[in-house]
Amino acid sequence: MLYRETGQFKTSYAADQAVFPIRQDRIGLALILLVAFLLVPVFGSSFFLNTMMIPFLVFSLATIGLNLLLGYAGQLSLGTGAFMGVGAYACYKLATIFPDINILVHTLLSGLFAAGIGVLFGLPSLRIKGFYLAVATLAAQFFLDWCFNRLPWLYNYNPSGAIEVPTRMLFGVALTGPNATPVTRYLVLLTLVVVMTWIASNLVRGWIGRSWMMIRDMDIAAELIGVRPLPTKLLAFAVSSYYCGVAGALMVFFWLGAAEPPSFSINTSFQVLFMVIIGGLGSLAGSFMGAAFIWILPVLLRALPEMLGVTIAAATVEHVSLIVIGALIIVVLIVEPHGCARLWQTAKQKLRTWPFPY
Amino acid sequence: MGGLLHTVLVDPFVQMWTLPDFFVQVLWEGLVSGILYALIALGFVLIFKASAVFNFAQGIMVVFAALSLVGLHRLGVPAFVALGLCVLIMLALAVAVERLVLRPLVNQPDIILFMATIGLTYFLIGLGELVFGGEPKVMITSELLLPTGSYVWETLGGRVILQQIDIAAAVIAAAMVAVLAVVFQRTKIGRALRAVADDHQAALSVGIALETIWVVVWFAAGVVALATGIMWGARSDVSFALQIVALKALPVLVLGGLTSVPGAIMGGLIIGIGEKLGEIYWGGLLGGGIESWLAYLIALAFLLVRPQGLFGERIIERV
Amino acid sequence: MRQRAIGEVILAVEDVSLRFGGVRAIADVSFDIRAHEIRAIIGPNGAGKSSMLNVINGFYRPQEGRIVWKGQAHRAMRPYLAASTGIARTFQNIALFKGMTVLDNLMSGRTLKMRRGFFWQALRYGPALEEEIAHRRRVEEIIDFLEIEHIRKVPVGRLPYGLQKRVELGRALAMEPELLLLDEPMAGMNLEEKEDMSRYILEVNEQLGTTIALIEHDMSVVMDLSDRIVVLDHGQLLADGPPEVVSRDPAVIEAYLGVAH
Repeated sequence: MLYRETGQFKTSYAADQAVFPIRQDRIGLALILLVAFLLVPVFGSSFFLNTMMIPFLVFSLATIGLNLLLGYAGQLSLGTGAFMGVGAYACYKLATIFPDINILVHTLLSGLFAAGIGVLFGLPSLRIKGFYLAVATLAAQFFLDWCFNRLPWLYNYNPSGAIEVPTRMLFGVALTGPNATPVTRYLVLLTLVVVMTWIASNLVRGWIGRSWMMIRDMDIAAELIGVRPLPTKLLAFAVSSYYCGVAGALMVFFWLGAAEPPSFSINTSFQVLFMVIIGGLGSLAGSFMGAAFIWILPVLLRALPEMLGVTIAAATVEHVSLIVIGALIIVVLIVEPHGCARLWQTAKQKLRTWPFPY
Repeated sequence: MGGLLHTVLVDPFVQMWTLPDFFVQVLWEGLVSGILYALIALGFVLIFKASAVFNFAQGIMVVFAALSLVGLHRLGVPAFVALGLCVLIMLALAVAVERLVLRPLVNQPDIILFMATIGLTYFLIGLGELVFGGEPKVMITSELLLPTGSYVWETLGGRVILQQIDIAAAVIAAAMVAVLAVVFQRTKIGRALRAVADDHQAALSVGIALETIWVVVWFAAGVVALATGIMWGARSDVSFALQIVALKALPVLVLGGLTSVPGAIMGGLIIGIGEKLGEIYWGGLLGGGIESWLAYLIALAFLLVRPQGLFGERIIERV
Repeated sequence: MRQRAIGEVILAVEDVSLRFGGVRAIADVSFDIRAHEIRAIIGPNGAGKSSMLNVINGFYRPQEGRIVWKGQAHRAMRPYLAASTGIARTFQNIALFKGMTVLDNLMSGRTLKMRRGFFWQALRYGPALEEEIAHRRRVEEIIDFLEIEHIRKVPVGRLPYGLQKRVELGRALAMEPELLLLDEPMAGMNLEEKEDMSRYILEVNEQLGTTIALIEHDMSVVMDLSDRIVVLDHGQLLADGPPEVVSRDPAVIEAYLGVAH
């Protein structure tokens, strides 16, 4: 009885097109934002913020990025990790070349570099489709990976080959670097992620998002309606890579504090791909669920033996969690191939008609 | 500028000409790694043809098979018994995959099945490391009576060193491809398999049991993986680090076309030789290590010219 | 009879030939379409009818001949050119966007008419929102016209065939075309659905003045609806003229009607 749309009539097309046309959903979103902005920073421990919430937000953003490309525009990419890396290295170079400009500006600019590279590697998508395109993006992944390793200029000739985040301030508060508190970093991240999610949701609801979905569902028909495939796909690559690039910059500057090329390896690409699929292709809310599922579950698995008071070798826990995640992915795909987002919709549908479904 | 063009376009060929024995050596090395790529790609093609599943786990199956073999031997199982057990393990894997993964996911979109095989990949890595340990191991080459020495071939005013295991690998690979070709062309199961590859529903409607076909191809791919794993393990350590190398089968696949066995073999050889030549003669210009991405770039360049691969069928789009 | 003034020639197909490898799909065919008329293209299976529509809207490039569209001669049309200058079409095997709702499918027909760029789209505020709502209003009129209000928010993949055909017509109408190409709009429909579809086609033609070229196998429908008929057989033009003339043409009766009856 709590979740009903009866009696909520739309009197304008604007109201009918809102993100959450149903009042209870709007209240739910407000509650989530309230918890995220107030309760989590006040009550969350540093450990909780550092190992769960901050990575969760970073990966959510990357997942939204890949979801725009794969879930909306239907283009499979296995180069997400490398595109995140481009953002991270661009942000690092910008921050060290222009130390006086605010780090948030650098973060947002760094996405543009990733977007440029993304467009470059998206060019083959005009001729290549599906799995073949996946291989083209693998070229991007391994080539960029090689660049991160072999171009010392990228990491300022640091002998360790790593990029280390300098301390940067805003209004006298350290945003990045060793002195930045987890709460500050979390709040900055959260704000950026919320704003960028809002922008993504605007894009996908307008003609841009529709033309992406047209290309995804039937590219020939889209072309005959007047959607030009190349600009449309390239725009998807650009926006998607922008999101991934910013996520990569945030990952290094607001989470890890330092990074080496393995942070942006093919494994990261797969991790984000999992998040997209598990969360639900073509669902922004699903992107958050997928990121939560794939990131937080292993953290919990690793903590589980300790909580039960059993000592197991770290390597064994690692192996078991690989097995569990692999099996869970298959199980989720079998139970609901459309991911968590669809499960949630089904649940809402049930709730809407509860307790009298017929 | 002229100097750069010279270093890129002339010098490498001068080197090839002046040191022909070294050039032949490089070609041979490329050929051997090409054979291994081709074998992994072959496993992919078998499964893709019969079930339209893009089996991402093929590379891991290679490692898993090799790891099981070495692991069992370490537990005291004689080499050839271990080999037999490994074949059984691959059969069990094929049955399990068909029952637990393919059957529940039948009629799902390709991307879902592809994702499921990535899930399978993670599962197999975890399982393999849990049971046999994660540290690199040495392949039991001599226990399997495979030759380990090397021939020195005096030719072209110099010498080319051929590892005997590489020669064995080439022979075994050729034999395996021949056996598969005969099985698929001449036997009843082969005919059924080609029918399934052509059209799933039509095959079902004439009474071909899809489940059996799937088990058969996954098992065949598993045996190919085992053989590949032995060859590969003999050349380097047996460890999951191989999975990155196994990804090289993907450019091989797109080069050859996803559904073509000769394509997989040709693609493997082209990629293997191409990347070796690139690394040795041009890699130095870029600071080395270009082997990690050259294969993908070669494949990409090919794709732009022929999107359906070397031997894939041309797709005519209609509405 | 209907009250419409048939206008000038709006599209002319001139000496068009199309080959796929060695197969001749269309051989040296010429005909024209006049403004505001309903033009039927008929012929047995494999006669080259769908290929003809594909040539007209630029999906196939003919090896020979040219297309004169609204006074402009083109060696071959391009899909984007066709769509942006007022040619819309439906497909024999429905080509809707299956993952999108009916509403989004119809809105997709408006894509070329939407002007607000990336920046406004990202904000979805002010001009972008006004534009979206203006187009939504237009699309709702089409939804109203086709009587598909109740399925507005259903993904088209879940709809029955007949309704999908109707939605596809809606998507083409959303483009507000001058020339509407319909590839077997009534294939696989029952009598009632055919009557509905005929009514929609006539209303579009009469009220909006849209020129229509349609491929259809049901002869009674073709005879009732069309002003002029082109008959193709094995890629060649067999006859061209008003229904009563074409239906009496001995070559047509032998090649097509004779087979069908």
